[in-house]
Amino acid sequence: MSAIKNAVEALAKKAIEFAPDTWLPGGKPDPLIDHDHGLIGAPVSRLDGVLKVTGRAPFAAEFPVRGMVYAALAFSTIPKGRLRMLDTSAAEAAPGVVLVMTHNNAPRLKPTPLFNSSPKAAGPSDLPILQDDRIHWNGETIAVVLAETQEQADYAKSLIIASYEPEPAIVVFAEAKAHARLPESVLGEPPTVESGHAEAALAKAQHRVDITYQTPHYNHNAIELHGITLYWSADGHLFVHDASQAVVQAAWTLAEVFGIQEEQVHVSSPYVGGGFGGKTLWHHHVLAAAAAKVSGRPVRLVLSREGVYRTIGGRTTTEQRVAIGATADGHFDALIHTGTAAMTAHNNCPEQFTFPARHLYAAGSFKIVQQVADMDMVANTFMRAPGESIGTFALECTVDELAERLAMDPIELRKRNEPAEDPTSGKPFSSRHLVEAYQAGAQRFGWNKRGMKPGSLRDGEWRIGLGCASATYPYFRMPGGASRITLRQEGTVTVQFAAHEMGMGTATVQTQVAAERLGLPMDCVTVEYGDSSLAGSFLAGGSSQTASIGAAVIAAHRELVSQLLTLTDSESPIHGLSVDDVGSLNRGLCKLDEPARFESYASILRRANRDELTVEAKASQPLEIMHWSMHSFGAMFAEVRVSAVTGETRVSRFLGSFDCGRILNAKTAASQFRGGIIMGIGLALMEETQFDERHGRIVNPSLSEYHVPVHMDVPDIEVIWTGIPDPHTPMGAHGVGEIGITGVGAAIANAIYNATGRRVRKLPIRLDDLMVMI
Amino acid sequence: MTPFTYFRPGDAADAQSRGALPGAKYLGGGTNLVDLMRESVERPQTLVDVTGLSNSIEERPDGSLLIGAAVRNTALAENRAVRMRFPLLARGILAGASAQIRNMATIGGNILQRTRCTYFYDRDGARCNKRSPGQGCDARDGFNRMHAILGASPACVATHPSDMCVALAALGAIVHLQSAQGARVLAITDIHRLPEDHPEIDTVLAPGEMIAAVELPPLPFAVRSTYRKVRDRASYAFGLVSVAAAVDVDDGTIKEVRLALGGVAHKPWRALTAEAALKGKPAGEAVFWAAGEAELSAAQPLSHNAFKIELVKRLITAVLLELTTIPS
Repeated sequence: MSAIKNAVEALAKKAIEFAPDTWLPGGKPDPLIDHDHGLIGAPVSRLDGVLKVTGRAPFAAEFPVRGMVYAALAFSTIPKGRLRMLDTSAAEAAPGVVLVMTHNNAPRLKPTPLFNSSPKAAGPSDLPILQDDRIHWNGETIAVVLAETQEQADYAKSLIIASYEPEPAIVVFAEAKAHARLPESVLGEPPTVESGHAEAALAKAQHRVDITYQTPHYNHNAIELHGITLYWSADGHLFVHDASQAVVQAAWTLAEVFGIQEEQVHVSSPYVGGGFGGKTLWHHHVLAAAAAKVSGRPVRLVLSREGVYRTIGGRTTTEQRVAIGATADGHFDALIHTGTAAMTAHNNCPEQFTFPARHLYAAGSFKIVQQVADMDMVANTFMRAPGESIGTFALECTVDELAERLAMDPIELRKRNEPAEDPTSGKPFSSRHLVEAYQAGAQRFGWNKRGMKPGSLRDGEWRIGLGCASATYPYFRMPGGASRITLRQEGTVTVQFAAHEMGMGTATVQTQVAAERLGLPMDCVTVEYGDSSLAGSFLAGGSSQTASIGAAVIAAHRELVSQLLTLTDSESPIHGLSVDDVGSLNRGLCKLDEPARFESYASILRRANRDELTVEAKASQPLEIMHWSMHSFGAMFAEVRVSAVTGETRVSRFLGSFDCGRILNAKTAASQFRGGIIMGIGLALMEETQFDERHGRIVNPSLSEYHVPVHMDVPDIEVIWTGIPDPHTPMGAHGVGEIGITGVGAAIANAIYNATGRRVRKLPIRLDDLMVMI
Repeated sequence: MTPFTYFRPGDAADAQSRGALPGAKYLGGGTNLVDLMRESVERPQTLVDVTGLSNSIEERPDGSLLIGAAVRNTALAENRAVRMRFPLLARGILAGASAQIRNMATIGGNILQRTRCTYFYDRDGARCNKRSPGQGCDARDGFNRMHAILGASPACVATHPSDMCVALAALGAIVHLQSAQGARVLAITDIHRLPEDHPEIDTVLAPGEMIAAVELPPLPFAVRSTYRKVRDRASYAFGLVSVAAAVDVDDGTIKEVRLALGGVAHKPWRALTAEAALKGKPAGEAVFWAAGEAELSAAQPLSHNAFKIELVKRLITAVLLELTTIPS
């Protein structure tokens, strides 16, 4: 069955690849690309900023519900085995306790549909949730306590006594790696790409580098803890206030688990305090809904910070090999990127670290192999630029080492291997201006001040070094997008779509874009989002939302114009024109090549005796991503200071020069880039989830022991961009949420080499890696 | 958190009678004790809030300072006499925690904070002799990057995390203790214990005994002193190692020196061996390095923290060079 499906999909893919451009979405450029002096790109401050800083934006754990009880979770302390004994009697007798739910009294639930197993599935894994006495990872929830106050719930939880029958578990990556396997696919792409004979070409190459890298497990640490407030109505509907980057998928998946209709689950999430890939659907959603069902009470469940570490997956551990064979003038004969990512047998998130190598460089031959190794751990998940963040670390450090070997400037080496078309798929790039980004960045950063010889710049005990690396992240647009537009006679518009605002600026940017598209000032446009009852399904993931919403609003706008035209009568200057001839301008419609033929929205509706007009339309299928090779790019520049006494590294300057299509809001985009770079500083120098190798338990589940950058770790970060629109995307834009973290690890590691003469191939790079070497 | 009774005494005698009851604990800023209560590691029945007592800083005619136990860390670090005459103490305090935590934390509470170890904090999932005597120690063969290289025992390898106490150790601070049985004074370096077979006992304080004040004896050459801390990020991280130092050099010869180390042991570590190796010697890199080597000769690394031995020696040398080199 799936073989036939795959064959059909493969045929369709080929057809799309060879179809003429004009047949495809993005074949004809979005007219907004030519709007140069309007709202597009303006540095508009975020519309919800005042609400948030004054505490008036309610988050999921702040909605009061009458009769609500509070939840606390107890976690397993072994990685694998069975519960031998679970004594909840003291907890049940504790003051204020309403329910202690374990596998013994939890409702029977249907399996959780695994993410990617169907269009709206969002399960982090397909493991049963509190359905039996089995333990699958150290930290799995074994009991849920509900009580009248949070303090009572927390106290009662501390009285639960568990003992286990442990079974052998795989909790050490080195051990898991010995049994690595090829996944069926890596997010729809093949796990293996080979062209030519890369190993042979490497062996024969005039110059070669062949290096192995290690990257650790990283945890999600959004400021807002995963919070949920939910209740069941008398007629069996489930209402959920969630911190979510996937409202429709969460609603659909919860409906499947509880065996009810999708329409019976309502997920609302207007404000989210950071997602980064960690706020999709997890076990606590199911546990809260199940406990509410058993107790008959509304439930608030907020994971403790420890709870986030124990039950929400993060960026997984990898070991990667990158090898490049090159000619004396720097042309790549062979590019090899292989390796293994830790995963579980119950999820499907292979951390696509080999993706950058598939698109960044021309090479005579390629060998790309991406494997996974199953471990007994919490299911790993997406975390800001999964794959590309750590994949660029390995790839871009290797390019730097090769440049050193060739005595060539690393930017020049990259230029010499700039591909004319996608090197592994052969498709044309939709928009690629990486060389321009390097030129602008190098000039602005003062790259020419870099000493070619490591350790040549000094300030007292501090060694100063400069490094650079390429950033890259794909352009995605998700299927399923739709939006609804309501136009009122007084000239106001509401645009609705079931997308998400996790602090990126989505609401602000999409208000700007919708206003520009509709020919309205911003204060006439209200954007509604963050609710599963709204139009379409979106995922705030893969940096896809901006384009996905853009395409949905393009479709709804076209439908609006079409319906307005049918409302006009023969007295209207635009009567009888076709949708393609007409555009929005100055609060109305005009003939595109004859703007004097104009009628205002208000006039059209008034004369048609309509107070308002509502339209809804589905976005085109995102076929453009199969026709062109579509990516964002960047050139990252770091300056570091490394103490020759202690080995401490401080990033003293950073610049990111981006090529991400048209920038829609200079202010919110810059914040996204900077935020990504700051997270990249953490990835490079301090973040690491520490698993005790005896029993797979995370030993640093707190922000005091798991180090993210503090203000003093973050220097001035400059961001610039080419701003060149991609002619094949809505608004000419690309998403900008994730590319900022890519390339940062390598830029910093390369700068450390330039400062000290030492290569560290294992993240995070800490002072003990450097101290003994200097 | 286990339910408890909160009590705010009117005076020290009132506090001491309550504090002597079984299950009672003195509460300062709560920045460590309340954290441990949240994790169910500490489960006091009664909290006796002593933040209303003894919160003045007195400059005495002999040049000493008497610091009330309830003085907040921020207030001490900002005190003019401290900044002018004991700069290593101001720097030590400011190297610790965050501004918000320093605003809450008291001097007495800082001294009496528990040693730091992630296994100590994990009540459900890890063995710890300090939390549950006799249970075993998961840190010794686990993640022990932060742990002790000096004075540890098979039972416990935790380190005392205070920065302030390292500076106090260098300054030879004297701690004034009070209890219903009377008053006594102890050197700061005699307050904390090494773990030996009883890591559950962090200090020599008797049940109900409380810190009333900390006295800094006059130490004129401490005007030339500093505190340097090394950690995995620029702020808000416990020290991997730290050095507090004051030095008096006369005509190139070390007349007097005070040296204390943080992040290396179950207590703030006064480096007496190094001090003895330095006194009377010519100030210089080789002498400084040799003193560090002497102090660390007894160091015993664990699986993840051998780097600390080299790091301490480098830090001692760098700090003493900084203090003895006249800026050009």
